[in-house]
Amino acid sequence: MTTRLLEIENLNVRLAAGRAARPILDGVSLHVERGEAVGLVGESGSGKSVTCRSVLGLLPEGSQAAGSLRVDGEDILTMSSNRLRELRRRDVSMIFQDPRASINPIRRIGDFVTEGMRAGGVPQKDALKRAEELLESVGIREPRAALRSYPHEFSGGMLQRVMIAGALAGGPRLLLADEPTTALDVTTQAEVISIITRLQAERDMGMLFVTHDLELAAAICDRIYVMYAGRIVEAQSAERLFRRPRHPYTSGLLAATPRLESDQPPHGVPGRPVSLAEAPDGCAFAARCAHARPGCTEDEPVQREIDGAQVACLRAEELIHD
Amino acid sequence: MTEYALEVENLRKSFGGHVAVDDVSFSLKPGGSLAIVGESGSGKTTTARMLVGLERPDSGRIRVVGRDRSNAARGKATRLARARELQMVFQDPYLSLDPRVSVAQCVEEPLRLHFGMSPRERRARRDELLERVGLGEREADALPRRLSGGQRQRVAIARALATEPKVLILDEATAALDVSIQAQILDLLAEIRRDTGVGYLFVTHNLALVRHIADDILVLYQGRVVESGPTRDVLAAPEHPYTRLLLHSVPRPGWDPAQIAADRRALATALREARAPSAAAEPARHDPDAAPTRRSVTP
Ligand SMILES: Nc1ncnc2c1ncn2[C@@H]1O[C@H](COP(=O)(O)OP(=O)(O)OP(=O)(O)O)[C@@H](O)[C@H]1O
Ligand SMILES: Nc1ncnc2c1ncn2[C@@H]1O[C@H](COP(=O)(O)OP(=O)(O)OP(=O)(O)O)[C@@H](O)[C@H]1O
Ligand code: SF4
Ligand SMILES: [Mg+2]
Ligand SMILES: [Mg+2]
Repeated sequence: MTTRLLEIENLNVRLAAGRAARPILDGVSLHVERGEAVGLVGESGSGKSVTCRSVLGLLPEGSQAAGSLRVDGEDILTMSSNRLRELRRRDVSMIFQDPRASINPIRRIGDFVTEGMRAGGVPQKDALKRAEELLESVGIREPRAALRSYPHEFSGGMLQRVMIAGALAGGPRLLLADEPTTALDVTTQAEVISIITRLQAERDMGMLFVTHDLELAAAICDRIYVMYAGRIVEAQSAERLFRRPRHPYTSGLLAATPRLESDQPPHGVPGRPVSLAEAPDGCAFAARCAHARPGCTEDEPVQREIDGAQVACLRAEELIHD
Repeated sequence: MTEYALEVENLRKSFGGHVAVDDVSFSLKPGGSLAIVGESGSGKTTTARMLVGLERPDSGRIRVVGRDRSNAARGKATRLARARELQMVFQDPYLSLDPRVSVAQCVEEPLRLHFGMSPRERRARRDELLERVGLGEREADALPRRLSGGQRQRVAIARALATEPKVLILDEATAALDVSIQAQILDLLAEIRRDTGVGYLFVTHNLALVRHIADDILVLYQGRVVESGPTRDVLAAPEHPYTRLLLHSVPRPGWDPAQIAADRRALATALREARAPSAAAEPARHDPDAAPTRRSVTP
């Protein structure tokens, strides 16, 4: 059996420092194969970004992680910092949620895009030439001039593309895309996604795509993981997740999403999302779940396989959603 | 003749040499619901800001329940009267709520400003408003930072409703919320419209949302209205190429982002050529009585 490109097993992250001590992720397991696009969806605070960033070894300050996080079989959590740096430069890239907060505002765009290549020993001249090509391929006109400009000279959408160019510059095998298009309008979003998916197919790159937009995840991902309060509650192929969600939270999310092609008005899920730290005993979704039974607030649902789907709901076998 | 809650004619605004809003006209019936859609930078927010007086139009007319407010308000009484009729809710309620003021005080403030109520009447009305948006005593005592995004947006709505406006403008008011919370807020807005007859002007680029909340739609592209009409008709049979592009851009099964990207560039080129001075067409004239129901498309 070949090793998987990304394999996260039973990842637990908790803030350990004093009064702020609290759990953030609980038993997160997921994988990404070469060439595969995998979605990670869920509401604000469910732990999508923490999961994504942990693959780069970027854990919240003062936190402890347990479990394993392997890229091509190598464990991130036990890796030397030299090896981790090399991995980030060459094999794993991330598009961060907020481009303005993650690109150094006082450095030129050229420095940002060529950083990884130069650190990897590519001569300055070659790196600049490659950067120019990349900026062109993400649809930046006048790429040579762009290399000399500063982040504030770009709109949010343009800066997002610069970040995509930077993330792809090192030719990564794994791309972590954390809400790369949330700040963009739909036409710009389509343009940015077309760039990412084209390069993904061309290079057989694996991708973990974080979003809270289920429709977007379904349109570009092969498989989707759904997170709620720091845990994975469901995983299925994108197509089946839509046709036959297995977890009440997933069907709630689907029902709440306004659809262009449906007369059904969106329906809210009562209550609000909770973080893992606030989650009560038993199922974290129980307070908002229309199917909750007294037992749901006692036993924590374990994930199991039902008809090809991974589900963590005590009543998954009896409930059918459509 | 119908008296419109809101009527806008040939509104125009430029910043430096750049025309942000170009000859925009529309109207909203009492208790109606109109969505202004368009890509980033198309002039949606600038239009909304002119309506509530946060920006001065270069030219054009704005009438609210028949009264002209194109000129700057003179005197406190006029300013207050205008604020009563038209209220706005922004995308980020955190920025628009004073962080030092409790939810209860925040909702009481417009009551104090606009109505001669006794403290007791004011408290009663405040509680009624908070209950209306589903907030209880515990939230009333809290500072905004202790509330979730959805709760903060409810506070902003309660505060906006305090003056009993004729029209509520919502600029991407649910964009920052999770979908499960967004749907709750939409339900709430629908219920309030049914009960109070307030009209809504939604500013958004989410077409799927528009389909479920707006009776009429106005499509802006580079500051101009390119298409307008009943939402149902425009979405079922879009006539302007930009409206079509916008529709195709919404992610769904069979979505083809590469095609959309190509179409977008082709459209920008085509429209730039069509709008070159020699080919400039006469701007479509606005007919307020016909506009909300009749389809209109501008090249
Ligand atoms: N650096 C940090 N220090 C302390 N807590 C953190 C840190 N980063 C995240 N958290 C907490 O971990 C939980 C998960 O946060 P995370 O950012 O992963 O959510 P998310 O699913 O990405 O949400 P969003 O959709 O809003 O981006 C939250 O409760 C958050 O407050
Ligand atoms: N105060 C200002 N000074 C200069 N230019 C401005 C100002 N406000 C808006 N603009 C410009 O006017 C145009 C329209 O902006 P506006 O904010 O109305 O767009 P929008 O449709 O609301 O976009 P978004 O969807 O991104 O919110 C843009 O080109 C913008 O840069
Ligand atoms: S375990 Fe119970 S409360 Fe949780 S999702 Fe399943 S039915 Fe609902
Ligand atoms: Mg996040
Ligand atoms: Mg705007």
